[in-house]
Amino acid sequence: MTETIKELLHKLSSGALTSVELTSNYLDRIKEVEERVGAFITVTGEEAINSALVADANVNSPDDEPGPLGGIPVGVKDIFCTDGVRTTCASKILENFIPPYDSTVVTKLKEAGAVIVGKLNMDEFAMGSSSENSALADTRNPWDLERVPGGSSGGSAAAVAAGECVVSIGTDTGGSIRQPAACCGIVGLKPTYGRVSRFGMMAFASSLDQAGPFARTVEDAAIVLGAIAGHDEKDSTSLDEPVPDFTATLNDGVEGLRIGIPKEFFIEGIDPEVEAAVRAAIDLLKSKGAVVVDISLPHTHYSVSTYYIVATAEASSNLARYDGVKYGLRVDNGGGLMDMYRDTREAGFGAEVKRRIMLGTYVLSSGYYDAYYRKASQVRTLIKRDFAEAYKVCDVIITPTAPTPAFKIGEKTAEPLTMYLSDIFTLSSSLAGVPAISIPCGFTKENLPIGLQIIGHHLDEATVLRTAHTYEQATEWHTRVAEL
Amino acid sequence: MAITREDVKHVAVLARLRPTDEDIDLYTGQLQRIMGHVEKISEVDTEGVEPTTSTVPLRAVTRDDVIKDSLPQESAIKNAPIGERGAFRVPKVIE
Repeated sequence: MTETIKELLHKLSSGALTSVELTSNYLDRIKEVEERVGAFITVTGEEAINSALVADANVNSPDDEPGPLGGIPVGVKDIFCTDGVRTTCASKILENFIPPYDSTVVTKLKEAGAVIVGKLNMDEFAMGSSSENSALADTRNPWDLERVPGGSSGGSAAAVAAGECVVSIGTDTGGSIRQPAACCGIVGLKPTYGRVSRFGMMAFASSLDQAGPFARTVEDAAIVLGAIAGHDEKDSTSLDEPVPDFTATLNDGVEGLRIGIPKEFFIEGIDPEVEAAVRAAIDLLKSKGAVVVDISLPHTHYSVSTYYIVATAEASSNLARYDGVKYGLRVDNGGGLMDMYRDTREAGFGAEVKRRIMLGTYVLSSGYYDAYYRKASQVRTLIKRDFAEAYKVCDVIITPTAPTPAFKIGEKTAEPLTMYLSDIFTLSSSLAGVPAISIPCGFTKENLPIGLQIIGHHLDEATVLRTAHTYEQATEWHTRVAEL
Repeated sequence: MAITREDVKHVAVLARLRPTDEDIDLYTGQLQRIMGHVEKISEVDTEGVEPTTSTVPLRAVTRDDVIKDSLPQESAIKNAPIGERGAFRVPKVIE
């Protein structure tokens, strides 16, 4: 279960394999490993076989183009609404919610011919860095079942790493695609904010949330991004910009490419094995013709503070909609409306979600707004300017994705602040809205994957993908498979 | 500025939550430590800096005034805990 989209499309079009066979293989694999990995909240086996039958019919029909993902089994984070299929956001408050429409990402996947095999686990409402905040499933890291898969899109990362789907979709608000990709030894891409429509994607922090692919290879990630990107009239923040063929420039190499190395990212507290792997990756790209430039992103130190003010403020208003009226759980103990709201939300949300709602409510509350929310929004401008300055002298920025490899289950649950600090390398690019990828760049002595982060200029996913592809083709990390 | 137990209780009402006394103690400590870290931004000089609330240019988007299909009423209330006669039913609001 390690074949790429291109290899599989070739087999499907030549008739060597049908999508029904392929999909059945993946559904069998899910049955075989799911008890140990726990990547899914809902497996949609029947729907998947039906989609596969349609894909097979299209391959044999001269009138229908199979589409860039025609017949390919894909997993989707359980934050994307799927028409008629339960969508929970890993929360008790939405445990029985069945959306009456598809999110744009899901619509586009279906139009591309994808076979959706199920809905993947995550931290509740995408709040977390380990997937331990899910109310509905326990996801483990396929490389070491005692460790977390990262988060919040931990199910999306673990499913691809465990061979339960070919590629998957996650969302990234402050690192929720890149950090789990790093933890699970696969590729994860957060596109430019606005590149992919957020319609039908349950909102956590609207100015930061962005959907993107998980894959085994950079090329597969490029193919999936091409399928889901583009302007959507249903999301006024989606960018009305042309979507290039992201696969077209993958092989153009890195000769003369300027790689910025920000000194603020190589700090105390970073695992020495992680640092050594990242430095070796930079050297490799240098040997391929890239030029290394020392840069500074001076406001990096403030990214955790800025992020946890901005994101929780937005979350506190976004999650106001879960009030027991229109959908989801209702707890009514016979009091009035206010009691119903409070009892419903207290019972329906998990601890981390409640903590963030309270934090967000606090920083927006009367008397604190200027000191926290306004101040953080100003610091966000400075963080954005840091990147704009840096991109005057470099084309991409390279850093570790996370300061350590995947940590042990339960290791960081007692103290929320410790968990927040594990996002330290991914937050600033989220705040600036620029694209960034994590690709495997080595393994620790304990055989845990290490992630390399490549951050690009606004809308320049193509250069990010080209740099990542050049590195990947010169190494073998991406060919390693977690033994289960 | 340290968050007090009273602050947490007040914020819980604003946020329409109802934490237990034990949880209020827990949240008070955790939020104190988080805010203690977050306070760091106060040292940044932001004099004259415009706030960023979105990284994309936000502008009013208009479309042609054409009637299109929207979600049918029946689908819209299908997930409601109590929906009847095409409406969402809620507990009594006014005493």
